[in-house]
Amino acid sequence: MLNGIPSLETKKLGLWYGHFQALRDISVAVPRNQIMAIIGPSGCGKSSLLRCFNRMNELILGSRVEGEVLFDGANIYAPGVDPSEIRYRIGMVFQKPNPFPKSVYDNVAFGPRVNGFAGNLDEIVERALVRAALWDEVKDQLRKSAMQLSGGQQQRLCIARALALEPEVILMDEPCSALDPVATLKIEDLMRSLVQDYTIVIVTHNMQQAARVSDMTAFLMMAEDRAGVLVEYGPTSQVFTTPKDSRTEDYITGRFG
Amino acid sequence: MEIRRGFHQKLKEIQDDVLAMSGMVESAIMSSIEALKNRDLDLAHKIVADDIKINQKRFDIEQKCIQIIATQQPMASDLRTIISVLYIITELERIADHAEGIAKIVIMIGDEPPLKPLTTIPLMAEKACDMLHRAVDAFIRHDAETARKICLEDDEVDNLYNQVFRVLLTYMLEDPKTITRATRLSWVAHNLERSADRATNICERVVFTVTGKMEEIASKY
Repeated sequence: MLNGIPSLETKKLGLWYGHFQALRDISVAVPRNQIMAIIGPSGCGKSSLLRCFNRMNELILGSRVEGEVLFDGANIYAPGVDPSEIRYRIGMVFQKPNPFPKSVYDNVAFGPRVNGFAGNLDEIVERALVRAALWDEVKDQLRKSAMQLSGGQQQRLCIARALALEPEVILMDEPCSALDPVATLKIEDLMRSLVQDYTIVIVTHNMQQAARVSDMTAFLMMAEDRAGVLVEYGPTSQVFTTPKDSRTEDYITGRFG
Repeated sequence: MEIRRGFHQKLKEIQDDVLAMSGMVESAIMSSIEALKNRDLDLAHKIVADDIKINQKRFDIEQKCIQIIATQQPMASDLRTIISVLYIITELERIADHAEGIAKIVIMIGDEPPLKPLTTIPLMAEKACDMLHRAVDAFIRHDAETARKICLEDDEVDNLYNQVFRVLLTYMLEDPKTITRATRLSWVAHNLERSADRATNICERVVFTVTGKMEEIASKY
């Protein structure tokens, strides 16, 4: 039924932090079961845009949103929408792996428990760890502290923790920037397998990573007044080979940064 | 602020190498016609021997392209430029083979008496070299408009080729004893005609470099 509707869509989205406009007039549509990468120079509003998708900016005092963010066609900023409901349908993974100082098992089981899940937790934990490509490495040490895992394992644990809530969308904010190259490639591989069941939005400083993993790419830049604006949005294969806007070309070929 | 100065410097060096290789190839073609005109067997042998240098130049440039792709992850127009270099040096190397082919025909002709004074063949060589020179220049300047125009000039070379062929045919019809010599000259003309075709292939790569689209601009046959 939702097939024709983008999973996520912004319409003339603007974001303010107090008097400072962080984003202006952003309109993008993320197709279902695809990965959208958001790229752009530091400070252009990549993470701010990502955080609009699950109302995370509201946690910052004085933030204000205008325009619409549609999730399955419905505005998530409409009155009466519960942000925590949105946040568990739209999960998030952060830059630095941030496992709870608990066991591997309890990390993954945390979300379902808090949400009063009454079924078979073991099953949920196993399924989430398998999906996050971590099960084989931790299945014999589920009671071990998550803090003892390697950085790459911790990040996959955080992905498993998000998956345990059965989200529809996963937002990733620089998920590999604290990882070594091999762990990075593993996460990228994982993203390609996850996208069969989820829609993913990733913010990355690494253009090669955006080119490798994403289906769609959005390029943001800072305008004169430092507000983030969308310069170009299109299929990744086009944006990285024949960008339409000369500013995109200059950015991805390293002629300005 | 330019942030990949080292990379873009390397990219420029590769394009300078293409320019240098193109110069070697143009001079091979013009020398081969000189050798034909003057029955200069030494020059012909030198062209055949020097073909190895052109081949080596091609492999050197190819190696640089592979290195820059592997180490710099070029994107967008930079990537298209490098991919185009790989195609263009292949075309250049083949044009050099045409020059070598002509030189070998000169050696084959040896001291046979000339069939007729050469008129149209040198014109073909000049035109083909001129097209090649401007095609590579358009590549360096990323000038798709000029490249498209050069493609259309291929018809002139084709017309000259037909002219040469018709004249040689009359010789052969009049006196079958001229068939061997006339056939050799038609091979020379064919090598030149193919060289001009390859110059138009280079032009199509220029258009690709600039626009990202491959276009078949002129019909080749």
